[in-house]
Order: sequence, then structure tokens, then C-alpha cells
Amino acid sequence: MTAILEAKNLRAAYGDRPVIFGIDISVPQGGIVALLGANGAGKTTTLRALLAQTRTWGEITYQGQRINGASTQDLVRMGMVMVPEGRGTFVDFTVEENLRLGAYSRRDSDGIRKDIARVYEYFPVLGQRRNQRAGSMSGGEQQMLAIGRALMARPKLLLLDEPSLGLAPLIVQEIFQILTTINREEGVSMLLVEQDAVRALKVASYAYLLETGRVAMEGPAAQLAGSEDVRRAYLGY
Amino acid sequence: MTEFIQLVLAGTANGCIYGLLALALVLIYRSTHIINFGQGEMAMFSTYICWSFLNAGMGYWVAVPLTLILAFAAGLAVQRILIRPVQSAPELTIVIVTLGLYLFFNSLALWIYSGVPKPFPLPTGVRQASWQVGDIFIVPYHLFIFVVLIVLMLALYVLFQRTKLGLGLRAAAAQPVSSRLVGINVGWMLALGWGIAAAAGALAGILSAPIVQLEPNFMATVLIFSFASATLGGFDSPPGAVVGGIALGNIVALGGRYIEFIGTQLDIVLALVVIVAVLLVRPAGLFGRQAVQRV
Repeated sequence: MTAILEAKNLRAAYGDRPVIFGIDISVPQGGIVALLGANGAGKTTTLRALLAQTRTWGEITYQGQRINGASTQDLVRMGMVMVPEGRGTFVDFTVEENLRLGAYSRRDSDGIRKDIARVYEYFPVLGQRRNQRAGSMSGGEQQMLAIGRALMARPKLLLLDEPSLGLAPLIVQEIFQILTTINREEGVSMLLVEQDAVRALKVASYAYLLETGRVAMEGPAAQLAGSEDVRRAYLGY
Repeated sequence: MTEFIQLVLAGTANGCIYGLLALALVLIYRSTHIINFGQGEMAMFSTYICWSFLNAGMGYWVAVPLTLILAFAAGLAVQRILIRPVQSAPELTIVIVTLGLYLFFNSLALWIYSGVPKPFPLPTGVRQASWQVGDIFIVPYHLFIFVVLIVLMLALYVLFQRTKLGLGLRAAAAQPVSSRLVGINVGWMLALGWGIAAAAGALAGILSAPIVQLEPNFMATVLIFSFASATLGGFDSPPGAVVGGIALGNIVALGGRYIEFIGTQLDIVLALVVIVAVLLVRPAGLFGRQAVQRV
């Protein structure tokens, strides 16, 4: 299977402080890959590095193209879109404005209108609240909005940062269902950072375990989920 | 009563000018959390540029738009060249840089144009003589200022609320990190904000000049009044800045007349009283949003 994203010897730093020390990761076209690890392992930093949000070194290839040096804006336009941790809601804007902001890199107003309608189909609650201030919604609704906002950019690869954080189990289940639907029906590839390792390994086909900025272990998700060692050492159950 | 109405009319006209400069301060403050102490002097220098155009024989209706475009470009350049490098520096550093802007433009104007006041003409088509309605005299230029302000506010409303660029400008100001992630070029949005602010400030200077004559310090007092206006209206609310300006213009006009010891010499004290009173009673201003922090 060809890879939509491939990073070789990826390193990243905040200022002078290195956080990622040379990792290799690959996301297959149309696949879901999980990025697991404890707090501070460098999962969020990896996503930020891929989107040119930190100082980054190494070789990053996206859709067969070297993207080192490309700006976040360019990458978003190329379909690499992040759903940030904490949801990144534009709190003082309406739900619909949030979706319009998600489509900021596009110019096709007809397509944007259709995609807003499509997001409302995925998440009916957003349609009901389209003129409501986004910051007044619940955490689950804001997470749905964050995913909807990312969809507005017509992503080919979603970088999802902790979509389950702070949400009730039922909502988490709903969100993961929609994510797998999006992956299956629209062929959107996903790189998923998740604390809830069990759930992540269920939806992902392949997974990496990060430990203080290095890949400690990797393999097919089913294999990692079944391994006693991994479970005890990294997944905490 | 006639006198009262007369004072309100003049106070409102002055207040529009305070409101315009306050608007410039607010546009920059809410996107970058910087108070630009150089705003008034940038406006003053733009007004001199406009005076030079007029002096060279250019018509008012050509010279003013041209000046506003240049002021916009200059504001943009100041942000890109001077402010961006210190954007993440401590607040004091940024304050010093904007004070530097103040001194720079003030000295530059004095050097180029000297300190001798220069008369500034009324807009072509606006007559000098007042209209008389009953006992009340209406100064056409005061009405002109008011109309210009309304038109500008409508234009800004359309820009900020009805266009994609405006959405990007507001988003970049409110949430820069999320804005970057949706592909907005936040750096340029902030620079555009400075450009718009500089143009609004220049307009304040140009509108003010025919009333008070043009000299290098003529915007210094206006700047203090506009600080008071922005504080009154709320430093994060553009409409608030304008309403605050008009309110302050009236406070100054009426206070100067009816509070005996104030007169026209102590009117700046009124501005300071307003600042202190607002900060004590309602720190966020009339239209500002109280900063709420979750702890």
C-alpha cells in the first residue's frame, strides 16, 4: 500500500529544547494509524511538527512530495488538516462561522456551502446550533465542531489530537463511529493521537508507541493490542 | 436649551474625531494586545502628507483618499518592520517601541514642516457658513464629520462581518493558534489590522485639522481623549470606541461649560477623570467583555 505520509528521522524542538529525537512514521493511503504513548512522549509535538508548527528536521513526504519547508497554510491547502487537542474552537464565533473558517483555504463558495450541509448531516446537532456561539456548546459538541471544521478543508489526511479527551464514554463512541465512517466512505487517512489506547487500537490498522521522543515499539494494531508486554508497559491495563 | 444643543452638536463633532482615533487604538489592541502610543503621531504625520498634497494643488477629494492609502501602507510597513520582531517580547519592550514611534514621527514632522501652524482647508463642497434652524446654528463641517464616521463604520461593519477577509481578521485577532491551523496567515492579518488602524487614525487627523490648525503636536491631546474614549467604550470593542468617543466629546463640551472651574483649559482633566472612573466602576468599559479566566 502506498503511503500518504511518510516521515523519516523526524526531529522537532520548541526553541532550543529538542522534543522528538528522530522517529520514522508512515500513514498508508486511506488508513488509520495510531500514535500512542504517555503524557510528554511527544505525540502532540509530532503532529505539530508534521504541520510545520514547530522547528522541524528530517524528511517528510506527503502524497509523494517532499514537504519540508512548506508552511502550515500550504499544507492545509494540500489537505493535511489537524483537529487540535482542546478542539481549538473559535469560541466567540457562531458554529457556522467556525465551519467557514475551516474552509478558509478554499475559494469554491458553492462547494463550501455543500460541505457545510454535509457536516450538518454528519453532526445534526451542529445544524441545530448553527447560529449559536460555539463557545457555549458542550465539550462533545465542540469536538464534533472541531472535526466538522477540519472536514471543511476537504482533508486527505486528518491529524487527530486526543479527540476523546474529557468526553463522556457515549460521546466518545459516537465520535469514533463518525471518524471511521469518514475514513471508510470518503477515504480520508488519519493519524490518531489518543490517550485511550484500547479504543485507538480498535480503529487503527497500525500503531506506534512513543516514549520520550522516540518510537519504542510499532506494529499492526491487533498485534500491539494482543501483546502482554505492551499492555503492561504502555497501555496501563 | 439652545446653548445646550449647540454644545452637544460641537461636542459630538469633536467626539467623532476622538472616536476615530480610539477606533484605531482598539483595532490594534484587540488583535495584538499592544497599545500603540504612536497612533496619534502617525495620524498627525499623515495629515501633513495630505496638507502637502493639497498645497501642491491636488484636490481635496483626491488628496484625502491618496493619503489614506499611503497611511494604510505605512501602518502595514510599521507592523512588519518594527512591531513583528518584538511581538513576543515583554510588554514593556513593545511600549517603548511605540513610544519610539511617537518621538520619531513628532520629530520628523517638526524637522520637515517646522512648528509653525498651517491652516488646513475645509473639504471642497462643504461650506463655511452655518445653517440656522430656529435658534440653533448647525456647522456644515460638523455634520460632514458625523456622516464620514457613519459611512466608515458601515464600511468596517461590512468588511468585518460580511467578508471572508473580515472573518479571517477577526479569527486571527481572537485565536491566532487555531487560525493558523485552518490556514489563515495570521502574521499578515495582524499587519492588515495595523494598516486599517493607521488609515482610520489618518482620517481622524485630517478631519481634525481644519478645526484646530495643523502643527506637530496637534494630535497629542486628541490621543489622550481617545484613550479615555477607548477606556469608556471598552478596549476590545470597535463600536464601543466610537460611542465612547462621542460620549467623551459631549462630556468635555458640557463639562467645560457647566462645571465652573473646568473651562476650556482643564478639559483634559475630564478625560483623566473618565479613565479613572471607568477603571474603578467597570474596568472592561461599556461595551467591552469582562475577561473571564477559568482557574
